Amino acid sequence: MGVVYFTGLALLVLIGFFFGRARALAVGHTENLHSRPGYHGGFVVISVLLPVLALFALGVPFAQYVTENQALQAYDPAALDDAFKRSAVLRDIIALANGQFSGQPTEALRRAADTYASLHAWTSYLLLTGGLVFGLLGIAYGLRKLSARFRARNSVERFVKGLLFAAACVAVLTTIGIVASVLLETIRFFERVSPIDFLFGLHWSPQTAIRADQEGSSGSFGIVPLVTGTLLITFIAMFIAGPIGLFAAIYMAEYATPRFRAFAKPLLEILAGIPTVVLGFFAALTLAPLIRSLGETLGLNVASESALAAGIVMGMMIIPFVSSLSDDIINAVPQSLRDGSYGMGATKSETIKKVVLPAAFGGIVSALMLAMSRAVGETMIVVMAAGLAGNLTFNPFEAVTTFTVQIKTILVGDQEFDSAKTLSAFALGFVLFFFTLTLNVIALQVVKRYREQYD
Amino acid sequence: MNTMLKMDSPAAPAEAPTLGNGIKVVARDVNVYYGEKRALFDVSLDIPERSVTALIGPSGCGKSTFLRCLNRMNDTIPIARVTGRIEIDGRDIHDPDLDVVQLRANVGMVFQKPNPFPKSIYENVAYGPRIHGFANSKADLDGVVESSLRRAGLFEEVKDRLADSGTGLSGGQQQRLCIARAIAVSPEIILMDEPCSALDPIATAKIEELMDELRQNYTIIIVTHSMQQAARVSQQTAFFHLGILVEDGPTQEIFTNPTDKRTQDYITGRFG
Repeated sequence: MGVVYFTGLALLVLIGFFFGRARALAVGHTENLHSRPGYHGGFVVISVLLPVLALFALGVPFAQYVTENQALQAYDPAALDDAFKRSAVLRDIIALANGQFSGQPTEALRRAADTYASLHAWTSYLLLTGGLVFGLLGIAYGLRKLSARFRARNSVERFVKGLLFAAACVAVLTTIGIVASVLLETIRFFERVSPIDFLFGLHWSPQTAIRADQEGSSGSFGIVPLVTGTLLITFIAMFIAGPIGLFAAIYMAEYATPRFRAFAKPLLEILAGIPTVVLGFFAALTLAPLIRSLGETLGLNVASESALAAGIVMGMMIIPFVSSLSDDIINAVPQSLRDGSYGMGATKSETIKKVVLPAAFGGIVSALMLAMSRAVGETMIVVMAAGLAGNLTFNPFEAVTTFTVQIKTILVGDQEFDSAKTLSAFALGFVLFFFTLTLNVIALQVVKRYREQYD
Repeated sequence: MNTMLKMDSPAAPAEAPTLGNGIKVVARDVNVYYGEKRALFDVSLDIPERSVTALIGPSGCGKSTFLRCLNRMNDTIPIARVTGRIEIDGRDIHDPDLDVVQLRANVGMVFQKPNPFPKSIYENVAYGPRIHGFANSKADLDGVVESSLRRAGLFEEVKDRLADSGTGLSGGQQQRLCIARAIAVSPEIILMDEPCSALDPIATAKIEELMDELRQNYTIIIVTHSMQQAARVSQQTAFFHLGILVEDGPTQEIFTNPTDKRTQDYITGRFG
């Protein structure tokens, strides 16, 4: 039904547009039009689109609600009140109505399925007719409004503005929705575990026993080891990606010949396109053993899953991020500043150090911050290479664990949804979100502060 | 149009007034290519010292290109190629022994659009002395900054806010800051590439006044689109057209009694 409905709508829209434009063209022969004919066509399109889409958005759920209720009524009115039973029965009714029911249907079920099928067909028919009527009325309305002095352009532009506004709202509301859902579960978690223990506890071991009489049944939810683990890996990653990414960007923007640039920049960006799961097993299977055997020759005790391996590979992952952003920012520094510096007899390197980089400073800091929030939120590499043990350590040769690894570990597999262990994943997610949000806000502030310095 | 520019003086060219100065810059058969495109054709020009030489001509005629040859700024454009001989004080500026850093310290440049660095006023002026190691102490540097700002006629306006950003000044002040910045490395030649084209008439008048003072100590070469400006500030004028140096000589003469038809057409506003 949806396909037919929208095909019809598309036809109505096309017809409306051409009629509107043709009519406007005709009017334009005798009078001066306020808006160009295309805008009049656009206005007719809008007067078709709005009512027809609104009918679909409201009519379909309503029709479904009525159909289902009538079918259930026909089967057993008691099923209407019990949510669990309701969905079970409904599944059967729909299956039977579609001819996919396996087994012998009861008389009541057959009756309900018939009701369902006939109501479904009837409401579909009604909606299609309604849509057609609304669409034709829309065309009629649009054409009726059409006159030489009618300001179709203003209406169309207002509609487009509304559309853009709606898109912006969707983005914002999605964010709010996600935060709210995480926040709700976090609050439920804090009903079980005190926030003080959570934020300042030194021990992370979320295993809760299934039976109350088992040992260690309470679990412990101190996130400090996760904070140190996350920071350690992020720090190692930034230590790798910061200088390499920045230096690569300076080379690309200031020294590289156009030919080298055209060849190297896409290559660098391919690095950004490597799926993190691939980087993850590179870290776990190639780099970690290498670091371990290197460590052994130096007489160091390196765990087979080390923060160092995960951090290095994560650094590799964000190098293109840092270099690509910094490259853009360095290129945005006006050439006139470089000319001014060269004109004073400064060398290229002096110009870069004393003029270009200071001018690009704000942007570079924010690029580093954004790269860092990527690193903090990265999951796959650390899952594969960093380990699960919540060691409270700053030793890069030991296994550590991070927020993202723990969230993934807790939520993978079958879980009961009201245990402290499961809920702790949401609290972790919330803290993580808060952390990256802070980084982004700082980055934005730095950009704002240093932006007005040139141009 | 200025009455001075009226073209009614007939026949015999007046005797060229002697400038009484030595020649600072000698250019011989200078050609510039941007990739395949040739931008300058065998330009030969002598520029006298301690005077203002104006390069005029319609857009795209090569006057800025020629200016940028004199401190080898064209080196910063990868596709640009310069041939011919340019001497400053008898020294070939393309001599491999000559360091472009020293050349540019000796030949300062002021650009079309004021381009102060995004640093404080003080740091803008101190930039050159710092990179060339001219000042040994903070007091030295303070002295250089102050005298440069004074010579650029800006000191009184900014003396209380040397630590403020140079980009916060008005357009005219920014341009004078750029002149102070160029002066700070004590060049002998100052190149100005349409230094007033982004400024209002009052700021322009100030810069022109400044040029008149500066020519006591510096050799100034200015590219300008304004023929009145060339007439007001320069002693010597060179007219470029389509990459060719059409005519050069004392400003008075170029404007009152040009020998070439193209010069005459240009300064009477018939094209350009």
